[in-house]
Amino acid sequence: MPKYLLLKHYRGGPEPHRPVPPMDQWAPEDVEAHMAFQRHVTELLEENGEYVDVRALTPSQTWVRYGGPDAAPVTSDGPLPETSDLVAGWFMVDVDSRERAVELAAYISSEPGPGGEPLYEWIDVREVMSGAPAEAEPA
Amino acid sequence: MTEEPTRGVDEGALRALVPRVLAALVRRGEDFDAAEDALQEALIDALRVWPEHPPRDARAWLAAVATRRLVDARRAEAARRRREEHRPDEPPDAAAEEGDDTLFLLFCCCHPDLAPASQVALTLRAVGGLTTREIAEAFYVPEATMAQRISRAKRTLRGRRLDRPGDLAVVLRVLYLVYTAGHAGRVDLAGEAIRLTRQLTLATAEPEARGLLALMLLNHARLPARFDAEGRIVTLDRQDRGLWDTREIAEGVRVLQSALALERPGRYQIEAAIAALHDDAASAEETDWSQILAWYDDLVALTGDPIRRDPAAVLGRAVAVGHVLGAAAGLRETDRLREVLGERHRWHAVRGHLHELAGDRSAAASAYAEAARRATNIAERDHLLRRAARARV
Repeated sequence: MPKYLLLKHYRGGPEPHRPVPPMDQWAPEDVEAHMAFQRHVTELLEENGEYVDVRALTPSQTWVRYGGPDAAPVTSDGPLPETSDLVAGWFMVDVDSRERAVELAAYISSEPGPGGEPLYEWIDVREVMSGAPAEAEPA
Repeated sequence: MTEEPTRGVDEGALRALVPRVLAALVRRGEDFDAAEDALQEALIDALRVWPEHPPRDARAWLAAVATRRLVDARRAEAARRRREEHRPDEPPDAAAEEGDDTLFLLFCCCHPDLAPASQVALTLRAVGGLTTREIAEAFYVPEATMAQRISRAKRTLRGRRLDRPGDLAVVLRVLYLVYTAGHAGRVDLAGEAIRLTRQLTLATAEPEARGLLALMLLNHARLPARFDAEGRIVTLDRQDRGLWDTREIAEGVRVLQSALALERPGRYQIEAAIAALHDDAASAEETDWSQILAWYDDLVALTGDPIRRDPAAVLGRAVAVGHVLGAAAGLRETDRLREVLGERHRWHAVRGHLHELAGDRSAAASAYAEAARRATNIAERDHLLRRAARARV
């Protein structure tokens, strides 16, 4: 059964359907409702037998590259353009089909935002490559 | 979690008893869900107790212990049970043959109301006798997720009538799904699928069941040649045919012949016939592509509107057309599939192969690169990237 990563972002992706301020500026009960929904999604996935993993990432980002022979790694934490993607976390699911992954992503995107109204957040749906060898090889 | 001591217990023989004992319990009128749980517990007991105290009659021992577990469970839940009391209208026939047990359980586990992932998981546990943990490892999901999938599936079956024949086509599809899931963790799923399908062929004379077994054997025989020492895919035309398992091929051919003799062809028999022709060629050059094409014609003819309903068969046929009538003809065949398969890696990979056959290396490289971009399997993606790079040299 295929696995999918349903990625949530701090920023990046298509034009927001519903622009909202950062979460620290929401009403406390709206923040609470939003977080409760994330827990609810996890429980739903567990209940369905579709759960593989759920993670949240801190927003701090450090870019690292090889510095060359005998040199220290080179790091950079910006400045990065405000439009660059910044992943906030993910749900990894094991589902029967791509359609089911899309359905779950849309459900996650219905998470409550300010005023309890859906956030319409864009969710990035990515298929995880399987490591198991394929049965039939191309001719 | 600690491993139970298993020294002195033949796990294979133990697992082979699972369907027989479980079927007997369910036929006696026990709830499938409860009986399956009780038997799992009995198996764990067996692994613990048998090394010191081997049973005289293993099957009777398991049945007795599982029954005791069921009685205990029933007593514990007596109140709830009374409210939900549910009995089949008539006591089912207790005297049944071994093969029937397997078939009966496969029909339960592959019930059409269950999603494919659940059918697979339940089949591996209730018929294959694998533990939840082994199944979870094989599919790379947490054990809790697999446990939940299995218990949900069993809940779905609760209250369903399980005493009438099910849909054999679904059973065959589930077994083929298990087969193609390959080898992962401690469990050889392909080997397990072959074992279960072999059991199924003892229970039914249906030619498609034998066709599926033949198909599995004839493909599995090439497994030792399919990857090199670094785990890279080796395509059929480059495989060391000396590594093929001749015993499996011989068995596959025998099973296939016995199926074809019944003169009720189906897709598994036809696919097995194609696999047999590949296995039969001493070298790639000696492959009998005309015969393969003839079988593909039959395969495509099984479905009305094959482009939409069986595009994989049409694509396989396009390769055969390329070898028999020339690469250009093969490519024309793939054109008809562009709308349906144009986003799938396999379509681009086949076109890469046909372009290579035509000697158009640059078109081949582009097609392989497109295929690599769409692959969902790491070994395949790497293989396609290599072919693209090689075609560009």
